[in-house]
Amino acid sequence: MTVSVKFNPGDQVVVRGDYPIGHFRTPVYVRGHLGVVVRYLGHFENPEPLAYCLQTDLLALFKVRFRQVDLWHEYKGSTADTIDLDLYENWLERG
Amino acid sequence: MDSFGHDHSHDHPHQSDDKIHAYYQILGQALKELLIEKGIVSASEIQYAMERREATTPANGAKVVARAWLDSEYRKRLFMDANSAAAEFGIELPTTHLVALENTPKIHNVVVCTLCSCYPRDLLGLPPAWYKSKAYRSRVVCEPREVLKEFGTLLPDDVEVRVHDSTADLRYLVVPMRPDDTDDLGEDALRSLITRDTMIGVALAGRTI
Repeated sequence: MTVSVKFNPGDQVVVRGDYPIGHFRTPVYVRGHLGVVVRYLGHFENPEPLAYCLQTDLLALFKVRFRQVDLWHEYKGSTADTIDLDLYENWLERG
Repeated sequence: MDSFGHDHSHDHPHQSDDKIHAYYQILGQALKELLIEKGIVSASEIQYAMERREATTPANGAKVVARAWLDSEYRKRLFMDANSAAAEFGIELPTTHLVALENTPKIHNVVVCTLCSCYPRDLLGLPPAWYKSKAYRSRVVCEPREVLKEFGTLLPDDVEVRVHDSTADLRYLVVPMRPDDTDDLGEDALRSLITRDTMIGVALAGRTI
């Protein structure tokens, strides 16, 4: 099976600013925020249908890096501090 | 004692977490009884799995890290393919994608799972209570330096603090920096410096522990 990999390391991405009901592994604190793809991690079963024992296709997973000062207005620490999350392709748009 | 430096439960401030744990304990027990009743698993299979899980300790992770401190080729393999590097010590991770994170003089890594309590159990054993607490999970992502300070870990401003939220199928092991004054120590002695907390990233490896 050929599977797509939409982003490359270095690409700027925005996490979808959606708040649907259900099981999602995209924490709310990064939704709507801009990050940078650090690397492609492989393809994994989509946890969203999987949580309901439904059949799933494989989704590309990316390590995405965010700047702490972009996520938290009152962040106390260095402007160089970062946070990495593993996010599925269906939550990412080109930034 | 600081707010995270303990594994025991008590009435405050983790009361809400304790209630949740009690709820899941009942749920887990009910599920276990049903699975046995329906003949899907036997009680002894569950017992075996629990004993095997509880027998895994941070000593596994310490073996990997100590070797990475001593052997630069092993270190390269560890950062390229942590599953294979762990397998060299007989630590098999059939269903886990393990990634090793390198602490350097410029980058300090710390691991959390804000969504649940994902943890590299094959290398570190069962996670401590504080790792699963709402306090740690919610605070370390937005004020990591404060949380690290409570563990006694003070980092200068020119060190980038990099938090890793294990939101998917990968599990993270922090490889702490080797303390400077340890040239005289052999592999076994080095292992004893590599504690669970240093491999979660809330502490630094040091001789004075």
